[in-house]
Amino acid sequence: MSNTVFTPTGVIYKSTDLPKATTQDHKKLGLSEEQVIHLFKEMYLQRRFEERAAQQYQKGKFGGFLHLYIGQEAVSSGVNMALQPNDDIISAYRSHGWGLVRGVSPRAAMAELFGKATGCSKGKGGSMHFFNAEGHFWGGHGIVGAHIPVGAGMAFANKYLNNGRIAAAFFGDGAVDQGALHEAFNLAQLWSLPTLFVVENNGYSMGTAVNRHTATDIYKRALAYDMDHAIVNGMDVFSVYEKVTEIARKIRETNKPCFLEVRTYRYRGHSMSDPGNYRTKEEMDEFRETDPIERLKSYMLKKKVATEAQIATWSEEIEAQVLDAVEFAEQSPFPDPAALYQDVYAENDYPFHI
Amino acid sequence: MAELQFREAIREALSEEMRRDETVFIMGEEVAEYDGAYKVTQGMLAEFGPKRVIDTPISELGFAGIGVGAAMNGLRPVVEFMTFNFALVGIDQILNNAAKIRYMSGGQVPMPMVFRGPNASAGQLGATHSVSFENLYAHYPGLKVICTSEPADAKGLLKSAIRDDNPVIFLESEQMYGLKGEVPEGEHLIPIGKGKVKREGKDVTLVAHGKMYHVAVKAAAELAKNGVECEIIDPRTIKPFDLPLVLESVRKTNRCVIVDEAHPFAGTSAEVGFLIQREAFDHLDAPVLRVTLPDTPAPFSRPLFDLWYPSAKQVIDAVNAVTYRN
Ligand SMILES: Cc1ncc(C[n+]2csc(CCOP(=O)(O)OP(=O)(O)O)c2C)c(N)n1
Ligand SMILES: [Mg+2]
Repeated sequence: MSNTVFTPTGVIYKSTDLPKATTQDHKKLGLSEEQVIHLFKEMYLQRRFEERAAQQYQKGKFGGFLHLYIGQEAVSSGVNMALQPNDDIISAYRSHGWGLVRGVSPRAAMAELFGKATGCSKGKGGSMHFFNAEGHFWGGHGIVGAHIPVGAGMAFANKYLNNGRIAAAFFGDGAVDQGALHEAFNLAQLWSLPTLFVVENNGYSMGTAVNRHTATDIYKRALAYDMDHAIVNGMDVFSVYEKVTEIARKIRETNKPCFLEVRTYRYRGHSMSDPGNYRTKEEMDEFRETDPIERLKSYMLKKKVATEAQIATWSEEIEAQVLDAVEFAEQSPFPDPAALYQDVYAENDYPFHI
Repeated sequence: MAELQFREAIREALSEEMRRDETVFIMGEEVAEYDGAYKVTQGMLAEFGPKRVIDTPISELGFAGIGVGAAMNGLRPVVEFMTFNFALVGIDQILNNAAKIRYMSGGQVPMPMVFRGPNASAGQLGATHSVSFENLYAHYPGLKVICTSEPADAKGLLKSAIRDDNPVIFLESEQMYGLKGEVPEGEHLIPIGKGKVKREGKDVTLVAHGKMYHVAVKAAAELAKNGVECEIIDPRTIKPFDLPLVLESVRKTNRCVIVDEAHPFAGTSAEVGFLIQREAFDHLDAPVLRVTLPDTPAPFSRPLFDLWYPSAKQVIDAVNAVTYRN
């Protein structure tokens, strides 16, 4: 195979190439300056939230898995701005960013990581299982690929109820190798379920480069079902916004699903325990150049949407918000012991087996 | 004898069997180039090459089925699941195909294969990543189920499992991979279906496998301080279950507590408890008790998790109950 390098652990394959970003500026995309600033703040919040979370994890403040979304923030923010607030979103376990853009406060998010009763899932889900049903964010799912048909199921309900909403399911490149994806694709196309399927192709499924784990280009999965499909640069928030706006409009009009391949990159290891020996420093450096937050920042400065001083102020505000979230999580109570038996069943008086 | 970690004992069993038999190979997620998600297969790609140490996509249904087909057609596959929680998306291949094809074909078709990987809780990983599956697999005729608690047993039973002509479910634990123990070098085979008395005692029989064996050991040490001597039986194999060994002990101690890292309803503890009452009713001085997980999924939050996970304290309480010491 081309593009290989040898390292002590074996062969390393270069991950996926990025498509060109959109050439449209924010005005042409119909975005106001306030919206651009919102995108920046939201992406920066996700970044700092996770950097602080990682720090707390390393201090031993909480346990379990911690999968960071760092590098992929343009996807959650770009998509969320393109969709209606009541469109339904479901994601895999790399779910902090999705929670934060869908109404989980930094406080409730950090508290969930800490396993506190004030967390967005009452401390019962942890990092992989952020939920905010009110904000139409349906989790946070840990079994790779298993939530893809569930996303189609949310679309089924939207169509059934004729409520004008669409559903979007986000999953990693590793998940496209699950049979569940194919069954969901077939059903969604056959039954015209208004679903946006999005693969966040960050080049790796744990330590396995995408061209070692999946045959052919991912977006081509759609071809067999005659499903609409597209590829977009996920390191550029405008590109994501532009593409998803266009796709969402079409899905709403036709009820036909669409498969979007977003090319992106995760800067951190798969989880906190992954040393990441399967990729080269050169590749990491190359992708650091495309940092979605830095990119937006440069754009804002160039287009005079904001000044250095303003950006610095917002950054400080966000930093303070994240530190407040840490403090809040720290101070919050753990769930009451009785919580162990709550939420297992719909009833409060279910006769548990002993 | 060498002191090995649990993961090294498993690796030794795999490597020895692969050296011995060309038809044995291993496949699973991250087993080759990443050296194993939990470093069980570290270095095996270098020794055996990519033909026999095979990285798979996250396609459990697909590669479990490929294992079944390969077993039917002349190979002895070892299929690794990153954890058994993920085997659920491929479980049809195990329960309907691996377990039943020999029978349905009137014995024409062989099925010599092993499905192995971590089972049960590994700390605060949440509800979908903490399930223990012994009872589920043991329920289905056609499968053998092994769940060991110490490196030497793991090596001896995995070697036997690979040589066995049936599909064998071999359950491990992320949290035990670093556990050290003396492991016999080379040809060390433990027969499937044989448990072991790991601590002798006259007052009460504790039956505990996997991680729960270590919980039982802790409880027994505490209880000994108060003059209660527990006999600990590690069944090592769940199916077939070494009932004679347990009965012999219960007939001596007249009391039994089963420790099982599974939910109570229809768990292994339920089955073993039933068998003891059926076969040794007249020998029992107290009802058989059990310590299990509660009837709830695994919570993430630390204090809830601690409440959820079986503890030595619960074992001590159960022993005190069956010995009428409280
Ligand atoms: C069915 C299943 N198999 C295996 C796993 C273990 N696992 C968790 S994440 C992961 C890699 C997934 O990679 P990808 O889908 O690309 O998502 P990313 O981590 O890159 O966001 C694996 C193998 C799992 N959670 N579920
Ligand atoms: Mg990925």
